Amino acid sequence: MTTTTGKSPREVLAAVDQPLSKAALPGWTPWALLAASVLVAVAVLLPGGTSIAAVAVLTAIVHLVLTGAVSRAKEGPRKAKDRVVTALVTIAFLLAMVPLVSVVWTVVSNGAARFDATFFTWSMQGVLGEGGGGLHAIWGTILVTLIATLISVPVGLLTAVYLVEYGGKSTLARAITFLVDVMTGIPSIVAGLFVAALFVILVGPGTKLGIMGSIALSVLMIPVVVRSTEEMLKLVPNDLREAAYALGVPKWRTIIKVVLRTSISGIATGITLAVARVAGETAPLLVTVGTTVATNFNPFEGRMATLPVYAYYSYTQPGVPPQPGIDRAWTAALVLIILVMALNLAARMISRFFSPKAGR
Amino acid sequence: MAKLIDVSDLNIYYGDFLAVDSVNMTIEPRAVTALIGPSGCGKSTFLRSLNRMHEVIPGARVEGKVVMDGQDLYDKDVDPVAVRQHIGMVFQRPNPFPTMSIYENVAAGVRLNAKRMKKSDMDELVESSLRGANLWNEVKDRLDKPGMGLSGGQQQRLCIARAIAIRPSVLLMDEPCSALDPISTLAVEDLIGELKNEYTIVIVTHNMQQAARVSDQTGFFNLSGVGKPGQLVEMDSTSTIFSNPSQKATEDYISGRFG
Repeated sequence: MTTTTGKSPREVLAAVDQPLSKAALPGWTPWALLAASVLVAVAVLLPGGTSIAAVAVLTAIVHLVLTGAVSRAKEGPRKAKDRVVTALVTIAFLLAMVPLVSVVWTVVSNGAARFDATFFTWSMQGVLGEGGGGLHAIWGTILVTLIATLISVPVGLLTAVYLVEYGGKSTLARAITFLVDVMTGIPSIVAGLFVAALFVILVGPGTKLGIMGSIALSVLMIPVVVRSTEEMLKLVPNDLREAAYALGVPKWRTIIKVVLRTSISGIATGITLAVARVAGETAPLLVTVGTTVATNFNPFEGRMATLPVYAYYSYTQPGVPPQPGIDRAWTAALVLIILVMALNLAARMISRFFSPKAGR
Repeated sequence: MAKLIDVSDLNIYYGDFLAVDSVNMTIEPRAVTALIGPSGCGKSTFLRSLNRMHEVIPGARVEGKVVMDGQDLYDKDVDPVAVRQHIGMVFQRPNPFPTMSIYENVAAGVRLNAKRMKKSDMDELVESSLRGANLWNEVKDRLDKPGMGLSGGQQQRLCIARAIAIRPSVLLMDEPCSALDPISTLAVEDLIGELKNEYTIVIVTHNMQQAARVSDQTGFFNLSGVGKPGQLVEMDSTSTIFSNPSQKATEDYISGRFG
């Protein structure tokens, strides 16, 4: 309360009262300002010879200053702030898109050369120089990831069910939550070395098997599955659990048929994203699965090729002449990206398909 | 089917906190018993202890006896799951299962318990339960549509249909109309009037007119102060409670001169 001015609150408010309508810039203003900024940037930089990046940076700066100034003069400070921040956010978005688009562009343009039927029907058995393909690596990635999923999903799902439905605030539950958090941050090579060391003890030194890669990947995958499932289970309203209990349904059936059924779409999405996350891991597979030139369907016998490792070796040891190997590496990278993208799309479809439907 | 419940010296705790203190009450079969009282006095807590839903909350426990059919529900060898199959419950907010259709919601009590039932028997059960809940005519053409698509009042009647589909002996209702408009409330109240021919009904309500309209017996809960446990102040036939209560606190509460 400022009584020193001697004005009542009503008078103070009346003094700052604003008209309901104000001058506004037309809708095309940002575009016009952008065009002007580009012209300014080109005019300034062109005499000394320039690059696209330099023009873009200068355009952004000029655009921010220009927008602020014009809007402040015409529309007042609040609108000016709004426009400047909108421009800043847009610039940040464009910056974030640069590496993404660049990666996709590079991989597609380099990988297109060998993105042919041969790549999907041939392994590298007996291939030197040109030709050959990545069928063995595609199968390897699918098998290793599939087995990793088969290991991680039950373990992760049950852990999450324990944490949410049974653990409560007990010491054990808190310890598990803490360890899961720690495991989420484990570097992937550590998981690989752990499994490699484990199999040195179990089988003997120098062992490389598909199953080892699956175990290494599941070490990385389990914490992700636990975390995402836990969050989904927490979202299930307690009302539904009580509704089931009140019908005389035992707790375990309530969990399976009501809690998990209600949250299945979120859980499936989380699992699919976790699969997509580990499918592209290279380091742990490098030390546990190795690589080979022939298709190997047996995860318990001998080495397997996988797409990331295949890409790595094709690129670092392309052979003579090097170009066919390098081309194959890019195509393997492209296939991997497509695989991961397909998994992400699958996650969206699963989420849409399973989610509870309202409406009449 | 309807059964008498005898409650003696029931103390209800949340952890160390005594929420409801030594309740003695006889709940008559084939009648509606209403529980009224101010917020936080333990009506819902008491209601939930009747079918052992109270102990779902971590740390919650009960001392004393709740006897139905000569069997103490809190005996060591009594399975709470079995108790809840005999004593159904309807909650304050309608809570149909969002993943299930109207049909599946009504069938949930049977299906979730993995009991086998012929399709024709199941159809009959669903229809009779929905008719029992006064909902059949409104939904019979869209049984396969999601239960969540119904209006609030219809959802609540769906939940009642779901509760009576397991053919319980007793039906507990925890403020079943507090989220409903007057017309849906009327529908549910009419329904309660019909259901009492077959079931023992206990209803918690904040609406004293509702208690006066639907119930035969009324129990008044109160608490003597903040942090003190709730108590059953008085229990009598509804007409007595509302016209000539023996306790001053009851009279003050029902006449609006509370506190």
